[in-house]
Parts: sequence; C-alpha cells; structure tokens
Amino acid sequence: MLDKSESFVTEDGRTIGGVVMEMQNITLRFGGVVAISDISFDIREGEIRAIIGPNGAGKSSMLNVISGFYVPQEGQVLYHGKPRPQMRPYEVARQGIARTFQNIALFEGMSVLDNVMTGRLNHMKSNVFQQAWWKGTAEAEEVKNREVVERMIDFLEIQHIRKTPVSRLPYGLKKRVELARALSAEPSLLLLDEPMAGMNVEEKEDMSRFILDVNDEFGTTIALIEHDMGVVMDLSDRVVVMDYGRKIGDGTPDEVRNNQDVIDAYLGVSHD
Amino acid sequence: MPEQLAFAMEVTLNGLMAGVLYALVALGFVLIYKASGIFNYAQGVMALFAAMTLVGIMNGQVPFSHLINAMLGTEIHHFGWHVPGLLAILLTVGVMVLLAWLVQVCVMRHLVGQEPIILFMATIGLAYFLEGVSDLMWGSEIKTLDVGLPQGINIAIEDATYKLFDYGFFVDNLDIVATVIAALLVTGLVLFSQYTKQGRAMRAVADDHQAALSVGISLNFIWVLVWSVAGFVALVAGIMWGTKSGVQFSLSLIALKALPVLMLGGFTSIPGAIVGGLIIGVGEKLFEFLVGPMVGGATENWFAYVLALLFLVFRPQGLFGEKIIERV
Repeated sequence: MLDKSESFVTEDGRTIGGVVMEMQNITLRFGGVVAISDISFDIREGEIRAIIGPNGAGKSSMLNVISGFYVPQEGQVLYHGKPRPQMRPYEVARQGIARTFQNIALFEGMSVLDNVMTGRLNHMKSNVFQQAWWKGTAEAEEVKNREVVERMIDFLEIQHIRKTPVSRLPYGLKKRVELARALSAEPSLLLLDEPMAGMNVEEKEDMSRFILDVNDEFGTTIALIEHDMGVVMDLSDRVVVMDYGRKIGDGTPDEVRNNQDVIDAYLGVSHD
Repeated sequence: MPEQLAFAMEVTLNGLMAGVLYALVALGFVLIYKASGIFNYAQGVMALFAAMTLVGIMNGQVPFSHLINAMLGTEIHHFGWHVPGLLAILLTVGVMVLLAWLVQVCVMRHLVGQEPIILFMATIGLAYFLEGVSDLMWGSEIKTLDVGLPQGINIAIEDATYKLFDYGFFVDNLDIVATVIAALLVTGLVLFSQYTKQGRAMRAVADDHQAALSVGISLNFIWVLVWSVAGFVALVAGIMWGTKSGVQFSLSLIALKALPVLMLGGFTSIPGAIVGGLIIGVGEKLFEFLVGPMVGGATENWFAYVLALLFLVFRPQGLFGEKIIERV
C-alpha cells in the first residue's frame, strides 16, 4: 500500500503524485433509497481515475458529491488533505474543480467562444467598471484569458466553430465544447461524467485521445465515469468499481479485470 | 410645406419621446425575464415604490409615520430636513438593492426550479404586497417629484422648426432628457452585460443553471444583482414618469403599457424593448392623429394592444426575440 503523499511512476513512464482528494465513508440517501453506501477511495495527483459500474450503480451520484451538487448524509471529503466543509457547487468550482455533465450543460444561446470564456470567470479579478471601460488591469487580464481560451479551442480542434451558436452543433462537438470550457478554468481536478456516452466508435476514439492528451500535456488530474469497460481499461490508471451503491473493486485495470465480484456484477450474477 | 405634414412630424417626434418612456419600463421586464425566466408583474409597482421612496427621502418624510403615530399616539411626520436630489437618488438605489435582496431571500430562493406560472403568481403577490408597503411607508396622497430635471417647451427646437416650416414644434424638455438618459442607460446595460464578468455570469445563468454552477457562478448573487438592476431601471422609469405626471398609484399601471411593447420587441431582447417602445409610441400617436378623428378618437387606449395581438398571430417571438423552435 502506498503512502498518501508518496508518488510513483507508472508503466508508461508518467509520474503519479500524492493524494489530492479523498472520499471517506461516503453515504448518500434519497429518502429511503441508498444511492451510495459507505464508500471510500482517493484520487492522486496527475492520474486518470475511473469510476465504473452498471447503470444505477451510483457513479453519477458519486461525481455529484465530489462537485458539491449532492451533499452526503455521512462521511467526509478531504481536499488536499483538509476536510472540506459543506459547499455549494459554485464554491467547489472556485476551488479548482471543473466538471462536465452526462447530459451536456452548455449555454445554448451563446457562441462556442463565449461558452469557453465562461470557464475563465473565476480568473477575472478586475472590477465591474474597469471591465466595462476596458481600463486598468482589465485589458491585460482579458488578453491572458483569451490566450488560455484560444489554446483550449485549438487543443480540442474546434477552431472552425468558434463563432457558431452552441445550439446548432451536433452532439459530439458539444461534448468537446463542454470539455474545452472545463479545461479553460485550468482546474486542478477535472470531473468527466460519461464523456463518451452516446458517441459512435470514431467519436469515442477521438474523445479518448483528448482525455489522454489533456492529462499528458497539462498534467490535469482527471476523474471520469464510464460504463463502457473497454474504453475505461485502456484509459485509466486506477479504477473504482461500484454496484448497487457499494464499492466492489478498486485498483489498476488489470486487478479490477480479474476481480470476481466485478465479473459477477457485469455478467449479472444475482445478489443474495 | 403644408401645415398638416409639419404637424404629423411633430406628432411623430412626440411619439418617439413617449416611446422612450415605454421602452424604459419594458427594459426592466426584459432584464429579469432574460436572467431568470420570470415575468415580473411587479415591475410597474417597483417603479412606483422607487419614485415614492425618492420623494419621501427628498422631503425628509418619516417612513411608516402613519403606522408609528397610530401605534404610539405620536405626531411625527417629517425629520425636518431636505435631502438634495442626487444624494436622495443614491439612497433610493440603496433601498432598491435592499429590496432586491429581500425578494431573493424571502421569495425567489424558495421557488427555484418551479413552473414559470408559479413564479409569475409570486410576482403578482409581490406587486400587491409592495403596493401596500409603499402606501404604508410613504402615504397614499399624490406627490410631486422634482429632482431638478428641466421641464416645459424646448425653445430652441420651436424656433428652429418655426424657421423651417413656419410652424413651431412643441417638444418637452423632460422628454429630451428622458431620451438622453435612456440612451445612456441602455449603453451602460449593454457594456455591462457584454463586457463584464458579472454580465457574462448573468447571461450564463439565464441560459443554464447547472452549467453556471459548474463554472463557479453563484445563482443567488446573480439573481440579487438582476433584481437590483431591474430596481434601478424601475427607479429611472419612476423618476421620468413621476416628474411628468406626479407620483401616484396610476404610476404602477405603466406596467400594462409595457406589455404590448414586449410583445413587439420580444421578451428577451434589450434592443427589442427599445425599438418596440418607439414603434408603439410613434404608432399610437400617428394612429390617433390620422385615424382617430374618423372613429371618434381615444384610440391611444387600445391601439398598442391591437398591434400586439397582430404580432402574436403573425410573429409570436416578437421582432427581436429568440425564435421558438420545438423539436418533435
């Protein structure tokens, strides 16, 4: 077992750092329904951490706990080693945790560029009047923000649709715009909720490549949810497997693949 | 030039000026509707409340004096000081921000995610509540408002047009001031919503709540901000209308005049509110001038609504509104 602050080098030569976020005994209930039951796991700096499981396993709920959209009844979240007080989603975002949504949440009425720019909102420090009059620190700030935004737009290969209103884009591109917006916040932790849901094989390959590139180029820590086992195994460094709100496996893709509980859950062995 | 034509031009000019005032009221509706999808029925009453508060502060009136006197048997009505116009306006802005915050904390926050009709009902409730509060706070008698805006006929325009057409146009100075202020206000609002962080956040919240939260925008803060801005616009409208026709209950009914403006311009468009206001202003004055005599006059009461009805039939999203496309 590795120490929390210890770092190590993976097989493909990337360095994985200490623990960034730790979930401790999280339990989440909706009325009488237990969505997450006493789950603990951690996310290390620079890794791609996957949460997988069959439909209804509680994966999305877990991501929503991390991003503050749900408040668990029990357990606590440690961020950079410190217990995180109960926070609103926007406060979590301001701590450098960006996310995407399973059912894409973009600003449909705005252009791609404007959408990605909203990712920079928390990096704007000049006041209202400076911004409106384009004076003081506002100009330099805006130039810097633009640079970051353009880099992300280039990175995700969506230059050709910069000025297009998002509502006109096909599904696959919307997913990319959403990722660009999350990235432009330069997050220390990026949460992806089913980034490949509803995509065809080609789009899935593109998205996998983007996720790997993001991790590689910016060193962003990524936690993602996916129910497609194949994709996840190729992509991630470590995998948490959930079923019926419980954790049934945690480890490298190989370890998880050979875990009997995981095999049962995916092949549908009855619970008794 | 025939006198008829000169007269028509004067009517058009006055129509434009009246239209600016309609647009001012409509602007308040658009702001809140854009940012929260709420049709704020209380916008007109907010203008009344703002104007009454302004007069009250300027005259050094004691708020709730009737209530206080009735309960304690005292006889206080005035603090005995007069507050200069500009300072009073600033104080009133403060009151409107406070009101925005109260509306958010006491009402709107508890209705997040409810059906639009529920939110609409809430604003109706708010309208009547606010109306009662303004009466209780400042008394229900008609007051005059004078913050030092110029009033009366503009001599320069009268002279110039007299030389040109042999007929001097009557244009009220107050209308000219209103136009200038409205232009400044709209420029300010556009700068604010397009170029500032808070403006961007406002547009983001209007578009998608979840997405807004995920990029670190506090919905509560933005809503208080939007209601404050709407309160400020209400104050400007209240000052203009109040100076023109006195601060009284009927001021809150200008909200009804804003409805056809919104249907013309579209509920979601700031330029739409302006253009819609101008069209209605000019349209109703010209219609009264040209067609009025044939049908016995008083067309100004209904012209705007008939025009709005026509728009509802042929272009329901208004001139500038977002096109309503429903996927099946």
